[in-house]
Amino acid sequence: MSVAETESRSSNTARSAVCEGNEAAAIGVALARPDVVAVYPITPQSSLVEHLSQMIADGRLDADLLNVEGEHSVLCGLQGAALAGGRTFTATCGPGIAFMFEPYVRTPGLRLPMVASLVTRDMLTPQCVWGGQQDAMVVREAGWIQMHCETVQEILDTTVMAYKIAEHRDVMLPVNVCHDGNYLSFGVTRVEIPDARAAEEFLGPASINWHVALDPARPMGVDPLTGGSGGVGPKTFVRYRKGQCRGMQNALRVIRETHAAWGERFGRYHAPLIEEYRLDDAKYALITIGSMSGAAKDAVDTARAAGEAVGLVRVKTFRPFPVEAMTAALAKVERVGVIDRSVSFGWNAGPVYQETLGALYHTGRPVPAISFIGGLAGADLTAEHFARAIAITRELAWDGRPREPIWLNEND
Amino acid sequence: MPELHEVRIHGRGGQGAVLACSILAQALIDDGMHAVAIPSFGFERRGAPVAAFLRFSDAPIRAMTNVYHPDCVVCIDPTVARAVDIYAGMKPGGTVVLTTKTSLNELALPAHVARAGLCDAVGIALAIYRRPVTNAIMLGAFARASGLLSLASLEQALRRMEYRDAGVAENLAAAARGYDETRVYELKGTAHAAAVA
Repeated sequence: MSVAETESRSSNTARSAVCEGNEAAAIGVALARPDVVAVYPITPQSSLVEHLSQMIADGRLDADLLNVEGEHSVLCGLQGAALAGGRTFTATCGPGIAFMFEPYVRTPGLRLPMVASLVTRDMLTPQCVWGGQQDAMVVREAGWIQMHCETVQEILDTTVMAYKIAEHRDVMLPVNVCHDGNYLSFGVTRVEIPDARAAEEFLGPASINWHVALDPARPMGVDPLTGGSGGVGPKTFVRYRKGQCRGMQNALRVIRETHAAWGERFGRYHAPLIEEYRLDDAKYALITIGSMSGAAKDAVDTARAAGEAVGLVRVKTFRPFPVEAMTAALAKVERVGVIDRSVSFGWNAGPVYQETLGALYHTGRPVPAISFIGGLAGADLTAEHFARAIAITRELAWDGRPREPIWLNEND
Repeated sequence: MPELHEVRIHGRGGQGAVLACSILAQALIDDGMHAVAIPSFGFERRGAPVAAFLRFSDAPIRAMTNVYHPDCVVCIDPTVARAVDIYAGMKPGGTVVLTTKTSLNELALPAHVARAGLCDAVGIALAIYRRPVTNAIMLGAFARASGLLSLASLEQALRRMEYRDAGVAENLAAAARGYDETRVYELKGTAHAAAVA
């Protein structure tokens, strides 16, 4: 469908639209006014780049469009654009990010503040074309910031905010704004669209990495051979890696500040790192990520109405992992059930579960926890699935041993 | 307690069931409701069964999931019911809106259906578009049969859309004919009797 816009009287909101998540991402990109957009379409991301291409063709977005032959070239092209001082955008998922991997892992080390939508899709094989977060989890140690959205509005707002976060001088790292393929990419609902000038003022001028920016008057080798076991190699390499890690830790602060500033300016306060839902008087909690969280909150409300002391924590920022915020949230409860839309092959559990265990260590107490895996390859996670997860989590007791994960769609 | 309405639209690839669902969401939102439209996901091919889901309410909607227990089933294709169970999971007391030339007495509707809207959308489509594209017509039929949406709101939403295959005027005419020519039957307790419109 195509965006249908409605004028708004609110000063910082230009208009509203009824659109799918992919279009909301494209609207957010247009508000950030990138100089260069490179695309290669792939399900379920395709309509996002189609919308962007249309905006550029119509003159609504003044950007150069690189319509290249594959995802590897997409990111190589954007690296060049970013090194030349441009603000950039692309979007991909699943097999696309696999093909993009080589320049993808280099981008954070180059400290290039790109923004790329990751319209999450399950990984092959088995052959599938549907949503799932395996792609995001596969690249979780590549060094990109990852923020996972729950709603169509959050996609739009986070896409704009991502530039402010990426380009912050204490961060200077690429950001993946992740939204679930299918349920969020194609889910249609109403969004508020910020006023273009207000968004421009919010972001300020593009702040690319001027240190490495290509400048004929200042010739410099970008990314020369570094490391090894002799000379200045080891300490130089450590300096780069440590700087990258510090940038990620700084991002936790910058993400919080940026979300707060967004709320002040546009009136929509999104949880920056994690969102606590009905947690303060909860005895136990579900941990969720992405678009599943809406139905999970409905299930929490239903359980609450039946007298259950259950709450929920939604992980928005997955990279860097918000260890302190997560530890503080987990300290409020006695049992946790973590629901993943992907698997950790190494742990026979979900990746968010594995990360939650890491945060639980800092609470200094043994907390019974269980991994639920569902919503793989487009499978649906409904309030009924979450009701089951709530009932199982409520009965958990500490036994000190790893548990088998529960596959929520196993008998659907 | 806000009332949540859940709708499932059945059709075949190429007929515009997914677009119809989005237009419906637009119209309901213009009417001040909250609405979420979600398509079912396949590698859609022309002619293959497809479904699309819609939730609307006067309260915000959080669940981004498929609809399993619709209050209303809209079927925009006359033969897809042979391939899929279009009534699966339907709530008792619900409404069906069907593309059909068949009379009510010849239709084998489930006993728990309370209201039926029947519209020869294929006939209307062939007259307007010369192709059996039934989505706009069946949106008019839905508005008429459900009573949850005015024809004016639907027309406003149709005007907002950009179309590849047909003009706005044709789609407006289609929706109006769908609205006007839908026969609505109240079935509750009377075993498919009493025509009311």
